[in-house]
Amino acid sequence: MTDRTASETLPVGGSGTVSTAWWGMACLIATEAILFVYLIFSYVYLGSQQTGPWPPSGPPSLKLVIPNTVILVASSFVVAWGQSQFRQTGNSLRFALALAGTIILGSAFIIIQAFEWAGKGIVLSTSAYSSAFFILTGVHMAHVAVGLLILTMLLVWTLMGRFRGVHHEHIALGALYWHFVDVVWIVVFITAYVVPQFS
Amino acid sequence: MTTVQPNMEVTSTRQKLLDIWETAPGLYGWLATVDHKTIGIRYLCTAFFFLVIGGIEALAMRVQLAQPDLKILSPDAYNQLFSMHGTTMMFLYALPMLSGFSNYLWPLMLGSRDMAFPRLNALSYWVFLFAGIFLYISFPLGQAPNGGWFAYVPNTSLEYDPGINMDVFALGLVFLGISTVVGSANFIVTLLRCRAPGMSVNRLPILVWGTLTASAANLLAVPAVSLACAMLWLDRRYGTHFFDVKGGGQPLLWQHLFWIFGHPWVYALVLPAMGIVSDALPVFCRRPLVGYTLVAISTVATMILGFGVWVHHMFATGLPVMSLSFFSAASFIIAIPSAIAVFAWIATIWTGKLQFTTPFLFFTGFIMLFVIGGVSGFMTASVALDWQLTDTYFIVAHLHYVLLGINVFPVVGGLHFWFPKMSGRMMDERLGKWTFWTMFIGFNAAFFPMHVTGLMGMPRRIYTYPADMGVGWLNMLSTLGAFVFAVGVFLFLINVAKSLKSGAPAGDNPWDAPTLEWATTSPPPVYNFATIPQVASRYPLWEDRLKETEERSIIGDAVRDGMVLDKGKETIGVTPLDAEPNVVLKMPGDSILPFLLSVGMTGLFFGLLAQVIWLVALGAVCEFGVLALWLTPEPHAALEEVEIHD
Ligand code: HEM
Ligand SMILES: [Cu+2]
Repeated sequence: MTDRTASETLPVGGSGTVSTAWWGMACLIATEAILFVYLIFSYVYLGSQQTGPWPPSGPPSLKLVIPNTVILVASSFVVAWGQSQFRQTGNSLRFALALAGTIILGSAFIIIQAFEWAGKGIVLSTSAYSSAFFILTGVHMAHVAVGLLILTMLLVWTLMGRFRGVHHEHIALGALYWHFVDVVWIVVFITAYVVPQFS
Repeated sequence: MTTVQPNMEVTSTRQKLLDIWETAPGLYGWLATVDHKTIGIRYLCTAFFFLVIGGIEALAMRVQLAQPDLKILSPDAYNQLFSMHGTTMMFLYALPMLSGFSNYLWPLMLGSRDMAFPRLNALSYWVFLFAGIFLYISFPLGQAPNGGWFAYVPNTSLEYDPGINMDVFALGLVFLGISTVVGSANFIVTLLRCRAPGMSVNRLPILVWGTLTASAANLLAVPAVSLACAMLWLDRRYGTHFFDVKGGGQPLLWQHLFWIFGHPWVYALVLPAMGIVSDALPVFCRRPLVGYTLVAISTVATMILGFGVWVHHMFATGLPVMSLSFFSAASFIIAIPSAIAVFAWIATIWTGKLQFTTPFLFFTGFIMLFVIGGVSGFMTASVALDWQLTDTYFIVAHLHYVLLGINVFPVVGGLHFWFPKMSGRMMDERLGKWTFWTMFIGFNAAFFPMHVTGLMGMPRRIYTYPADMGVGWLNMLSTLGAFVFAVGVFLFLINVAKSLKSGAPAGDNPWDAPTLEWATTSPPPVYNFATIPQVASRYPLWEDRLKETEERSIIGDAVRDGMVLDKGKETIGVTPLDAEPNVVLKMPGDSILPFLLSVGMTGLFFGLLAQVIWLVALGAVCEFGVLALWLTPEPHAALEEVEIHD
């Protein structure tokens, strides 16, 4: 029977879709994405059952949100740049810088969004609209916060030199999650800020 | 099949694998184990425990309902009992039980050494356990959830339901949802990646198809109920207006979100159980399942359609007629894939050489109950009829025929079937047959009369009924039947206890079954297979008999021949469709982190319940710390040499 056997070398752990971690992250993203579908469904459903205007106090101001959106989208590009530097040249210093930049941009997003909320003149318990609005943007905000924690851990591990050798999976998946948070923001932004401008 | 006498080399390989895979002894090992077999059995035992608790609650209700105008239970106590009964059965028994089967069986059936994420597997168990305890925490205080398992608003809003009852429910379900989602993701990735080479998708056991579909559905459905419950809790404690009409909210939003989740969930409770039957019944017909491909496709089709029928739970809520017609039609169509499966089982029995063992009785009993439950479901899919029947005992009859018929009977049959694999001992056949007949007769006596009481107008979820309705004797019959059923469950437990001590030794394959789990010893070694099997057909152990192809699966400890992977805790990863090996997967060893993570989570949820900020914060910090440790990158080799068959 030995002739039926050949030796081959296989990667250990593997990267990209060969690793199981990638599929785990895909599942996480799927379930989070559908959560946002349900959030948007709730927002739209409550809006559609309203007798008065939706939002009740007119379309939300875009003054802070548009620059904030730019900031968040930019942060995705920054982390992608750092990642490609790391992959091509193994330059972990540049990657660390890119991570730090992403973290700063992400934190700026949270702070600006907090100002935006505070200036709205409504709180969570004002009306059905405010409830739906704040839960939608709030759940997204929580994801940004989690994303920031992930990026921070990546930064720590990079500085500790943990990524020498074969461990690019953590980086790829952390970045993937951050991109996901950004894409979701664009959908949330369109739903909660852009569409009301036209209704 | 290669059979090599266990020589020195094999013995030393086994010893080596054992050293690598074995769980540490003592308390630490007990809390830190990630072995899928241990976790699977824990799931089974815990879920069975909850079945008994839910059953005791049911018996208490049946005592109250035995005669008209009884006052044994107060209306409030009755509300809590039926709510906890429904919640327990749906969330803490039915799905976790099936997860137990799949956890135990999947890696064995698929020819792997563990699930894709062993630590997540442990996490999903611990979270399930703690969430179960959480849901029961206010029970002794007489403050248990009391709004039914589907907790309709406004009945469950703070205004009509002060007290912590529904907060426990809402937070408890969010908590439990974490376990479900984590477990589902694990099943999906396991299926895609952790199979024996050659175990391509058209060779998967149907149980695997069932759990896979259920898991995919859970991944997409559970967030709906978690969100709904979070909203309910915010409405109750933080003054939001999601469901509150006065603030512009919509009670129907709750119903939509709940049933978008609820209907797929109901299928998640039955598809894996149907898989148990599809895999185990043919063994006692001494032939492969008729229509494997059709059954596999109909499993998936049921689930896809299952996402489009949630409104049939809302026929009586005043939705537009157009939408009712649509959902009614969809609900009729969903009967087709189920009917296909039923015909496949009947054809298997028809054309087989039957062996009337205990599991066989449970599986055929299941088919009968499935047909009855299916017919009454088909009836309520019609809007006109549903308007007459909704909220009557007819529905109670229907849902119990479906849930006990399609879940409990296959589960008990499956436990008889795989008990020898898990314990190494056979269960007592004579006692098993007694168990079956007691359960079967008790069940029908308890629930068949409810069709009639329902048609006579007896409303469900009401703690009693007046004597002049004329349903007293039927209810007495139901109550007696329920107790007979309970005796059946008790007989089963006696059989388990007795067989564990003194059952006949089982051997590797006592039923002469065809699938991989029967190729290893009973109970299996912790690494499952010393050499990763190489699969060549759907029924690896029946190949010599079926003679479908020339090829033969390679199973056994032929060390030189195959992948032993003894350079560390490892298993093989394969391509998703064709199962070609393409990676060596490093498996984590014992880890206390899953336990710690669930403890932190428990703290967090108790903090939310009691609205104690520092406890919430402590829980959150604990979660972060544990996760950071968990995910820390570990150095390992980049490539490894592996023996591969051509
Ligand atoms: C000995 C077995 C059982 C008995 C005697 C029993 C009895 C009952 C009774 C008396 C009710 C309350 C009816 C009402 O007042 O509306 C009920 C409700 C229910 N049962 Fe069972 N049951 C049994 C097993 C199960 C099992 C195994 C499941 C699920 C897997 C289950 C799921 C439910 C559900 C979902 C409800 C509805 C609760 C609600 O209205 O919110 N039961 N059962
Ligand atoms: Cu349904």
